[in-house]
Amino acid sequence: MLSKRIIACLDVRDGKLAKSVRFVDTRDIGDPVQKAREYYEDGLDELVFYDITASSDKRRIMLDVVEAVAEQVFIPLSVGGGVRTVADATDLRLAGAEKINVNSAAVQRPALIAECADAIGNQNVVLSMDIKAVPVSTLCPSGYEIVINGGRTPVGRDALAWALEGERLGAGELVVNAIDADGTREGYELKLTAMLAEAVRIPVIASGGAGKPEHLYDALTRGKADAALVASMVHFGDYRVSELKQYLHDRNVKMRMSW
Amino acid sequence: MAVIIDYDAGNLRSVQRACHEVGVDAEISADPERLRRADRIIFPGVGAAGSAMRSLRANGMDEALREAIRRGVPVFGICLGMQISLDHSEENDTDTLGVIAGEVRRFSFTRPELKIPHMGWNEVRVIKPHPLLQDVRPGDEFYFVHSYYPQPARPEDVFAVTDYEVEFACALGRDNYFGMQCHPEKSGRIGLKVLQRFAAWDGSC
Repeated sequence: MLSKRIIACLDVRDGKLAKSVRFVDTRDIGDPVQKAREYYEDGLDELVFYDITASSDKRRIMLDVVEAVAEQVFIPLSVGGGVRTVADATDLRLAGAEKINVNSAAVQRPALIAECADAIGNQNVVLSMDIKAVPVSTLCPSGYEIVINGGRTPVGRDALAWALEGERLGAGELVVNAIDADGTREGYELKLTAMLAEAVRIPVIASGGAGKPEHLYDALTRGKADAALVASMVHFGDYRVSELKQYLHDRNVKMRMSW
Repeated sequence: MAVIIDYDAGNLRSVQRACHEVGVDAEISADPERLRRADRIIFPGVGAAGSAMRSLRANGMDEALREAIRRGVPVFGICLGMQISLDHSEENDTDTLGVIAGEVRRFSFTRPELKIPHMGWNEVRVIKPHPLLQDVRPGDEFYFVHSYYPQPARPEDVFAVTDYEVEFACALGRDNYFGMQCHPEKSGRIGLKVLQRFAAWDGSC
């Protein structure tokens, strides 16, 4: 039986680790390579790097980070942030990323998903969606809307419809990032996560809001997610990855327990 | 020196990096002549069976690989590289190398909660000892990403199994050929151990 996964998300700006609270303030919290190695040794199942570097002329720094991590971390490595073309995706793959996350650029030009799936395989294309709760309307019948540009710009697109379209275009996995919950440590958006997980046949990763071990338990059970993404709760040392896995394992969530 | 076969089938550098981590010097090559001189071969792969076979045939790599296997060179197939060692794959209805008797089939589930591809960590349960699997203990998990799975015709070719609705062969081999459905290069410490064992393997089992 497949295990549920814990994925640590590392936001990287100018080659340094940063963590956002509700997508606005970001502060530096250390060296991404060292953090990645530490989590890997503590049983992490997968890593995601998100490049939040503002200027595109600094993209080389991110490729160097990915390369340094790939040399010493032997679990799947996923990278996103600013992927606009197939060339961006293949550069990151060459540097050592397994999977590529697409987000805003795919909302603006959905064909990007199909192009990336063609070039690197469906299973390696992750559609990352930033989602905000909104009143139910004809534009957003699910009551959830897609936002882009780090959560600042609503695009008038229904989250459920976009998830289904992303799957159809060839995404191999979905990250459901509830931006109202991001960085709050008050728990994942379970209703949203479960709704999308039931609608698609590709794995769903719950993201945004993890603060306590029980939040992960909820996302992987009631939220029907295949994986839970964590950030602040491990970056600031409140919890260790191995401790989270033990907690879930003790509650009968299937976890990889030897590493 | 070990040679990693390059046939345009995805991320070969992750395999090379993992080899490097366990002290194995591995060169990536698409040259059949290089394959003929290799003393150890890794046959990785992510992608589709049809295009993989086409590009192997295009430059004679398929013959060079069969020859190496006949010569007794230790060969390790990973994921698609392993699937190609069987006779036939349902993926693109492709005739493959025929090193291991059997078929490669697509997962087909009626329960919607079973997702395809089978992606993530799952247990590799050893059912018959093999030199490459010596360090694998009950409960050890490896990383998988695949929509097709091998079905060897001879039960004695199966060394480990994994459950995903069906029980399938995740490690198979015969003589100096060994293959795994999972990705040892992405499976943490236990995956590196398998690669390390391969580096020291004389091809007998």
